[in-house]
Amino acid sequence: MVQLTLPKGSAPKKGKTWPKPEGKNVKKFKVYRYSPEEGGNPRWDTYFVDTDQCGPMILDVLIYIKNHIDSTLAFRRSCREGVCGSCAMNIGGHNTIACTRGWDEIAGPHITIAPLPHQPVVKDLIPDLTNFYAQHAYVQPFLKTDTPEPEKEWTQSEEDREHLDGLYECILCASCSTSCPSYWWNGDKYLGPAALLQAYRWLIDSRDEATGERLDDLEDPFKLYRCHTIMNCAQVCPKGLNPAKAIAKIKHMMVERVA
Amino acid sequence: MAGQGRADPRPLSPHLQIWKWHWTMAGSIFHRVSGVGLYGGAFLIGAWLIALATSPEAYAFVEMIAFSLPGQILLFLWSMAVLYHLANGLRHLIWDGPMIGFNPGLASLWSMFNFAFAIIGAAVIWSLASFY
Repeated sequence: MVQLTLPKGSAPKKGKTWPKPEGKNVKKFKVYRYSPEEGGNPRWDTYFVDTDQCGPMILDVLIYIKNHIDSTLAFRRSCREGVCGSCAMNIGGHNTIACTRGWDEIAGPHITIAPLPHQPVVKDLIPDLTNFYAQHAYVQPFLKTDTPEPEKEWTQSEEDREHLDGLYECILCASCSTSCPSYWWNGDKYLGPAALLQAYRWLIDSRDEATGERLDDLEDPFKLYRCHTIMNCAQVCPKGLNPAKAIAKIKHMMVERVA
Repeated sequence: MAGQGRADPRPLSPHLQIWKWHWTMAGSIFHRVSGVGLYGGAFLIGAWLIALATSPEAYAFVEMIAFSLPGQILLFLWSMAVLYHLANGLRHLIWDGPMIGFNPGLASLWSMFNFAFAIIGAAVIWSLASFY
């Protein structure tokens, strides 16, 4: 359901302002905080980081805060080079992964850092992505075949393989799905850009033999058709992929098989 | 999911409250807003035609409302909604048909163009009409 405002207990309140250090290049960060132990409403904490002391990326800033200012700050991270998708969050109003977004890329007097939008918050910058992963599982992201397995492996021409470019690179960081207003309002019924990009990745795989069943699984008013080409997904994808276009191609496949 | 009194005790992370809008996002919601506007406008056309068929007095009454300041503002907004919905509707056709214009940069420019088309187009039509 469309609810433009946050539920009562979810509106962030003004939080703590941490001391400002000396230094020429001190930058201000407003970070979303919520602790399940303390309960209550979430809050915006303000941190000042001397950017001469830390690395170039937002993730470096968060690690600096955790190491030197406030060890209670919780966030996910792993690879720190844009391949694992763990550190996806909302930075300066747009979803992206913290490890590849530089703090110098975001204009303004301060940078806001919040968890991925419209998700239940586990703690601080950590959202619960159970629903997101379930939607990925729903599209059955694996090869499905009826013909007997070949002796060696399922082969594919170079040309057919090229169809997967721009799709296989997805790291499932959830930036796109949680950027989508349609997903915000109907996340329980609409599969969202990430899952649909993966659905398309298997729909056009020349080796896959379950195209019809896959399309059947998407055929209802919500799962696929809640995409209204708002385009936030393609605007924010940190890997430069285009879920909106993949969804348009699925819609074409839906029409073509009836025609 | 975000219903009041939901069972989940955890907070819902901020969405519209923090989002920095893209042109395409604004373009999308204004497509719906202008669509709703046109829906309401259809009733006004109905009222105008019914008044025309009823009597000179009824028609004069509708005309009086249409030429009042609020009426003129409403009609101006309505003509903007027509132009915007037309331009963006064509864009939807191009998105869904030949699937052109999905590149985020191009899509943003296209949204800006549609807004400009509606505003400038309505201004041109109205200035021509006032000359007439």
